[in-house]
Amino acid sequence: MAGLDELRLTFFQECEDLLDRLGDGLRELSAPDSTHEIETVHAVFRAVHSIKGGAAAFGLDALVEFAHRFETVLDGMRSERLAISDALLGVLLRAGDVLADLVAAAREGDEPPFERSSRLAAELDSLVDQSGGDTTSEEITFEPLTISFEPLADLTFDQPVGESPDDDRCRIELSLKGDFYELGHEPAGLIRALQKICHTEVQADLTQIVPLASFDPHNPMLRWNLLLADEPDRDTLSTVFEFVEDCAEIRVMTPIQVPDGSKSATDELRLSNPSEQLPILQTFQPETAQNLGLKASPGLSVPKPSAAENVHSLPTPATIRVNLDRVDRLINLIGELVIMEAMLSQVIASAGLQSNTEAASGLDRIRQLAGEIQESVMAIRAQPLRPVFQRMERIMRDVTEATGKNARLVTVGESTEVDKTVIERLVDPLTHMIRNSVDHGLEDADTRKAVGKPALGTITLSAAHRSGRVIIEVSDDGGGINRSKVRDIAESKGLIPAGTSLSPQEIDNLLFLPGFSSKTEVSSISGRGVGLDVVRREIQTLGGRVSIASVEGAGTTFTIALPLTLAVLEGMILEFGGETMVLPLSSIVETLSPASANIHTLGRSGRVMSNRGELIPIIDLTEVFNLPRQHADDQCGVLIVVEAETGSRAALAVDLIRDQRQVVIKSIEDNYGAVPGISAATILGDGRVALILDPEEVVNFSRADQQQVSLQRKG
Amino acid sequence: MQNIMTDVEDGTHEVVSFKLGDQDFCIEIGLVREIRGWTPTTVIPHSQDYIKGIINLRGSVVAVVDLAARLGLGVTVPSPRHVIIIVSLGKQTVGLLAEVVSDILTVTPDMVKSVPDQIADQARDFITCILTFPNGLILRGLDLSHVLPDIEVSPA
Repeated sequence: MAGLDELRLTFFQECEDLLDRLGDGLRELSAPDSTHEIETVHAVFRAVHSIKGGAAAFGLDALVEFAHRFETVLDGMRSERLAISDALLGVLLRAGDVLADLVAAAREGDEPPFERSSRLAAELDSLVDQSGGDTTSEEITFEPLTISFEPLADLTFDQPVGESPDDDRCRIELSLKGDFYELGHEPAGLIRALQKICHTEVQADLTQIVPLASFDPHNPMLRWNLLLADEPDRDTLSTVFEFVEDCAEIRVMTPIQVPDGSKSATDELRLSNPSEQLPILQTFQPETAQNLGLKASPGLSVPKPSAAENVHSLPTPATIRVNLDRVDRLINLIGELVIMEAMLSQVIASAGLQSNTEAASGLDRIRQLAGEIQESVMAIRAQPLRPVFQRMERIMRDVTEATGKNARLVTVGESTEVDKTVIERLVDPLTHMIRNSVDHGLEDADTRKAVGKPALGTITLSAAHRSGRVIIEVSDDGGGINRSKVRDIAESKGLIPAGTSLSPQEIDNLLFLPGFSSKTEVSSISGRGVGLDVVRREIQTLGGRVSIASVEGAGTTFTIALPLTLAVLEGMILEFGGETMVLPLSSIVETLSPASANIHTLGRSGRVMSNRGELIPIIDLTEVFNLPRQHADDQCGVLIVVEAETGSRAALAVDLIRDQRQVVIKSIEDNYGAVPGISAATILGDGRVALILDPEEVVNFSRADQQQVSLQRKG
Repeated sequence: MQNIMTDVEDGTHEVVSFKLGDQDFCIEIGLVREIRGWTPTTVIPHSQDYIKGIINLRGSVVAVVDLAARLGLGVTVPSPRHVIIIVSLGKQTVGLLAEVVSDILTVTPDMVKSVPDQIADQARDFITCILTFPNGLILRGLDLSHVLPDIEVSPA
């Protein structure tokens, strides 16, 4: 059973790739400037077909049935019975979504989404009916294949070659490559399939057969000559050989009507497209055919389509799947290397060696190399944003369907690479933002027409690297933020005191406040009781920030700035109570010296700082973490104002700020457990461990028990 | 009771013995990853007093348990001659602070004695068996799963 589970896992992994390819192909077809390349249709067809084949092997009936209908429509497109239209592509895109849903349901073992899939299946069927009810592909049924080891009685093996090729019969030479059998193919199956199409005479070519002693199972020598009674339809032929193209050499030779002078002397048998990858014998001249025998000279076989011809097939760079743990271990080792290097340079410095010595320059080189290695390893973890963006297109279709707004999604920079963990956690916030942009950002069609905008709204989703961060923007070409309305709502909900003077930016940022929902009626799309505050919190847990920019009448842009990786964090290195800790830079608003700050004491131990009219509570970190006080007086060195995700601020009192640098994040939960107020640990240049503060938790703790001097002790 | 003592074919196995105060303890050698000298630790706020802090072990963060404090023998004031025995149990890796590692000894099944029930002491919970040697040496076998910090502990 374990083996089957593994196969199942592989199937679903492949499904992901296939669904990607399907999505890519459909998007290529539906691009406004698409030339509707037939090869793209083929690629889509193959993807669906492979999913169907795999699903049948695992008995996933719902999936097979739907994929089959999908495939039928694609087959119609392939054979040009169905004209490619926007309406058709729309159905196909949604069918792709349903197929993805069905795959996901099958993977999780959930109930397939019957209602939606049957609706789309009906749509697909109606498309097929329009095409004139040609249902050749309907006949392709997936029956369990029994592999028998009995002699192939139903196939006639005529005497080995010798006979010259029949003049008026189409001839197929089938020779197998090494991995043909390894991939589980079976020549008898192919031959039977051909026989179903038309009467096929089979000749086994034994000329290559070697004595049993030197038999090499990886290099099959048995070949076949197949003589077809009549020339089969090229599409049919390619269907038969579709799955063995890569592991068998198939030469198709058709007789030529030489007497027909109007035709060129060489008859080109081309399957419907050049990159279908059936190496095709283009020239077959009767006068030489006699001498050809079966050892067809290499010159006769047509080379595989060149790269130039292949330009429309979708690029699939070679990849390997690597366990993330292995990559993390590599990252750890490199971190260790960097620390060792730091220690070595300290030793060298203390030994009094000059900086121009060979030892010192060698060390410099090591530092550079370590840096480069670190970067390359981080690049392994990085993945393009494409899958996320593709999911957003799907969200977009769902939203436009639900709101009835007419809009399209334009994606830019989807090959931008981000750390894998970041990508996984971006889906929810982006989904919400896209929904928000369509639902709240875009005006309805009438309003758009009135202001002279095209009826079709545009949401642009773009990504780019900028100064060591990833910038993702979601912008719409809607009406922009209605600031006076936003202000009214915020006041009526008591989020801000009436009459506060606010800059336009501050008003825009009110949208991120918890409990703010500008839509008066709750819509099913974005008004689910969660607002943009959730988006902001999600992004902040990723170490990023969200900002908003809006131009009245021209649209709104949300900008997410994210760190490239979750493995590294930009932080300030602080000292207090004799300990060194790291505070994430993303949470810091400003730093102040207490002398310039206006500090007031409240009650027994509470202190607040007034800063530009705002009262900010002071949290003494030495006290919070119960550390020995280094200075006799209460005076602290620096105040750092941090902003919690809820938007509330606090000033952290520390002894001094030592440095600002990137640190590698290490989990302490694996080997120890969670520590209140601490999110993780890191290793400093001197090899010591420093804890990374979780400002959010620190602030919340001191608010929760303001009366208490320190946090509750653990345990 | 003898769960930490995994036998090889003839029932003998090896243990690492070390001193805490004037008492000798031992743990199964298979659990020991390495033994290193004392390095200053980073204090974990709000931790139990037997947690000395955390150290950097080739890139991973490892907590150091003061064994003497854990067994109720008093808090250790570490010095450079103290050692940290790195052990792994399951997925958890922890450093044990001990005074000195004495020896690696081979134990035969007849040396393994159970702990007398009469002893009521904090250390009793952590000792699974007592090993007696012909030369009069007595080793206390430690139950690591009780000694290690509980990583299920959620923030207070």
